[in-house]
Amino acid sequence: MPVIFEKSRCGRSAYAVPSWELADTDPIPAAMCNDGVDLLEVGEVDIVRHYTALSRMNFGVDTGMYPLGSCTMKYNPKINERVAALPGFTSLHPLSSPALSQGSLEVLYDLSEYLAAITGMRRFSFAPAAGAHGELAGVMVIKKYFEKKGENRGVILIPDSAHGTNPASVAMCGFQVREVPSTAEGDVDLHKLAAMVDDNVAAMMLTSPNTLGLFDRNIVEIARVLHDRGALFYCDGANLNAVLGVAKVRAMGFDLMHINLHKTFSTPHGGGGPGSGPLGVSDELEPFLPVPVVLKGKDGFYLDQNRLDSIGRIHSFYGNFLVALRAYAYIRMLGPEGIRDAGNTAVLNANYLLSLLRKEYNLPIDRICKHEFVLNDKDMPNGVTTNDIAKRILDFGFHAPTVYFPLLVPGAIMIEPTETENRETLESFAAAMIAIKREAESDPEIVKSAPHSTPVRKVDAVLAARKPVLKWEG
Amino acid sequence: MNYTCSPDDDCSVMLGSIGVRDVDDLFADIPDALRLREKLDLPSALSEIEIMRLIEDLAAKNRPGRCFAGAGAYVHYMPAVVDALASRSEFYTAYTPYQAEVSQGTLTAIFEFQTFVCKLTGMDVANASMYDGATALAEAVLMSAHVSGKKSVLAGDALHPHYRAVLETYCRANGLELRILPSAEGVMDTSALAGALDTATAAVVTQNPNFFGCLEDVAVISGAAHAAKAHSIMVVTEPHSLGLLAAPGKLGVDILCGEAQSFGNPVGYGGPALGILAAKGEFMRRMPGRLVGKTVDADGKEAYALTLQTREQHIRREKATSNICTNQGLCALRAVIYLSALGNAIRPLAELNHRLAARCKTLLASKGFLPIFDRPYFNEFAVRIKKAPVVMKRLEEEGFVPGVHLGDYYGEYADCILVCCTEMTSPAEIDAFAEAVARCSR
Repeated sequence: MPVIFEKSRCGRSAYAVPSWELADTDPIPAAMCNDGVDLLEVGEVDIVRHYTALSRMNFGVDTGMYPLGSCTMKYNPKINERVAALPGFTSLHPLSSPALSQGSLEVLYDLSEYLAAITGMRRFSFAPAAGAHGELAGVMVIKKYFEKKGENRGVILIPDSAHGTNPASVAMCGFQVREVPSTAEGDVDLHKLAAMVDDNVAAMMLTSPNTLGLFDRNIVEIARVLHDRGALFYCDGANLNAVLGVAKVRAMGFDLMHINLHKTFSTPHGGGGPGSGPLGVSDELEPFLPVPVVLKGKDGFYLDQNRLDSIGRIHSFYGNFLVALRAYAYIRMLGPEGIRDAGNTAVLNANYLLSLLRKEYNLPIDRICKHEFVLNDKDMPNGVTTNDIAKRILDFGFHAPTVYFPLLVPGAIMIEPTETENRETLESFAAAMIAIKREAESDPEIVKSAPHSTPVRKVDAVLAARKPVLKWEG
Repeated sequence: MNYTCSPDDDCSVMLGSIGVRDVDDLFADIPDALRLREKLDLPSALSEIEIMRLIEDLAAKNRPGRCFAGAGAYVHYMPAVVDALASRSEFYTAYTPYQAEVSQGTLTAIFEFQTFVCKLTGMDVANASMYDGATALAEAVLMSAHVSGKKSVLAGDALHPHYRAVLETYCRANGLELRILPSAEGVMDTSALAGALDTATAAVVTQNPNFFGCLEDVAVISGAAHAAKAHSIMVVTEPHSLGLLAAPGKLGVDILCGEAQSFGNPVGYGGPALGILAAKGEFMRRMPGRLVGKTVDADGKEAYALTLQTREQHIRREKATSNICTNQGLCALRAVIYLSALGNAIRPLAELNHRLAARCKTLLASKGFLPIFDRPYFNEFAVRIKKAPVVMKRLEEEGFVPGVHLGDYYGEYADCILVCCTEMTSPAEIDAFAEAVARCSR
């Protein structure tokens, strides 16, 4: 597909600058100016055709089932887009005074209360613009907490099943990462953990339910082992969807967590952002939240900037406000029963899909799963791999599952159907996966050379990395 | 209202297939003591009709007004084509483009975004975008420190105070030292800079136009940085200025970062924003964030893919260049559509922005509200208004967002406000604003 620059023709235009004919009363010295910018010249029709064509080369949740494990690709309600486009919200300048911003401040304040009700945490900050940003802020809180206590702890523990962002966030704050092994049944190895926790351990980060889609049965003991030595327990909330209305994260013993609003609370992923990764903390950690914090006073809502123990500012303004607004609308729409139903149905759907696939695909850890489960390619005949399956499923009109993650399962195929897929869709996905298995037996080439019916065929990633071309040069 | 669809008979078939009797059995692995028996303490469910009313009422509690505030978030005209195309759900309901074969729309648009950023800035390589301008700066500084192995960073005090605060937060976490240089008459004091540069300096950070709206002599600052073997990092918060001003790539800038919200994204109370990060070619393999590269498919057809991923956290984990795992994909798409529509008209639009600001500045001066700096500026300038907080409050009552009070950030500028004009403040509205400032000052 040609890029938009290739459609440029001299003299075309899709923007008319108002002709107010103002004199340049205060010219900028010529030496500071450029000699003109050569971007492109295209008409509005060219633009519309180009981006409409591009959109048709994309697969989204609205196109079909998107069972990308740990990404919670649930349906994004259309009403959320409408509310987030209201001019009262979109046109509000972030440095407007609190008197002009009461509506937005109320949304942020109440959303923190709702998330607190769901998780048991004390308060949330919406400054983090994504899950990884929430983690980073969380690790900064951990660092500040121990600084304040006058303790010098240099290690953060992370299970071998963790997302890559966990160790990367830890490293960005100068902590050392130590990896905690999992048992063959997919729980944290409690004995090994107990031996690793000492006075140099600041915290452990754990995704709950974990990235195998399993609820760690020893969660209470893990928390106890950590707390007994004064360490904190961080919850990566990427998989919160599974326990909505079923159990509170704070009650499990976690001291702080981030939530991915773009996963659990249905805000669109946008082709890779904008997300929102609010950080929630216990009472004890509340003073360390990033500034500003939205509070309610006698004259209405306000931004509290003067917080002595805060980790400081982490965003230009207050995070991705319009994303938080969508999550607010979603929670108000669902109410307490709907939130619980979302979690329950997500788990029901995952277990049902697992029941349809387990006879044909190897299931490394056989337990009741939560919102997702992990298969692998161990039983695939004729050298068909996880990557081949991922590419072939695209031909059946589904997005691929998450592949080769978590790292502790070789050839992992991680499937998360979410609660918004109905029974027929789950069954047709299972039928497609089983059909691929049959193809692998009878006609493996068709699987290995997939995809065949996508807008482009298998993309050469090796060439892209070997000879990087990162911009169009005409 | 909810979005699940498992009627009871489906549910019993599914439970039967799983081999359990009740949905509750699926949570048997959660210790009993943790199980929530009571209903969540949330407001009751609402219908779509009720939600719309509720949220319209909340929106009505905001008063966006006629905006003369800039300072890192800019109100510009949004061509209808931006919303029309960016609201196509194939774009906004997709995930990060890991499966390139079904993500060519997103990937091509990001490749175009990288191209636009390079064309506008004159830099060699740009990434797929960052969270916002402030974190883009923090990541730029971390990259400079990693590449140089040095631990000290210099920044002028005319850097956006929020950017400075975010940079402080990141520097503290990473054990880097941030030193703030005073400005002289609204721009970086180059003699103070010369005195502060030493062998430990990784980078010098300059915002241009700076927070006061003044234009810096970036080439001179870059020269001083290079003489001390430090990187020159430039921050831009109003990228429309690049339509008129010399490209940072021609001013010796090594790393360019900043905010591109003003290209096609609403101010939206500050987010989502759109961070940009671009650099000289030598930084390519040390950049944080996503990069999209051009390649071919199995039939030899042009295609795009995420590339150089060995820099990233999902492969390198704690040794990654950053923990960043997403970009602001949809905001970048909006910027691409906006810039496609604007095209080479970015130059006359930038000129118009400057002339409108000049009109406002001259009018205010004629009424006795004098600018505090005598420096070239783009579309923002600082002006002294006695009892600024009181005057601003009155202006708010008249329906204006009257700029940003500098006294909130700089003790020495207690009676000064930062005023911004764009094509959204017409000459007539500027005249009305100047009249209102005079009236509210009486």
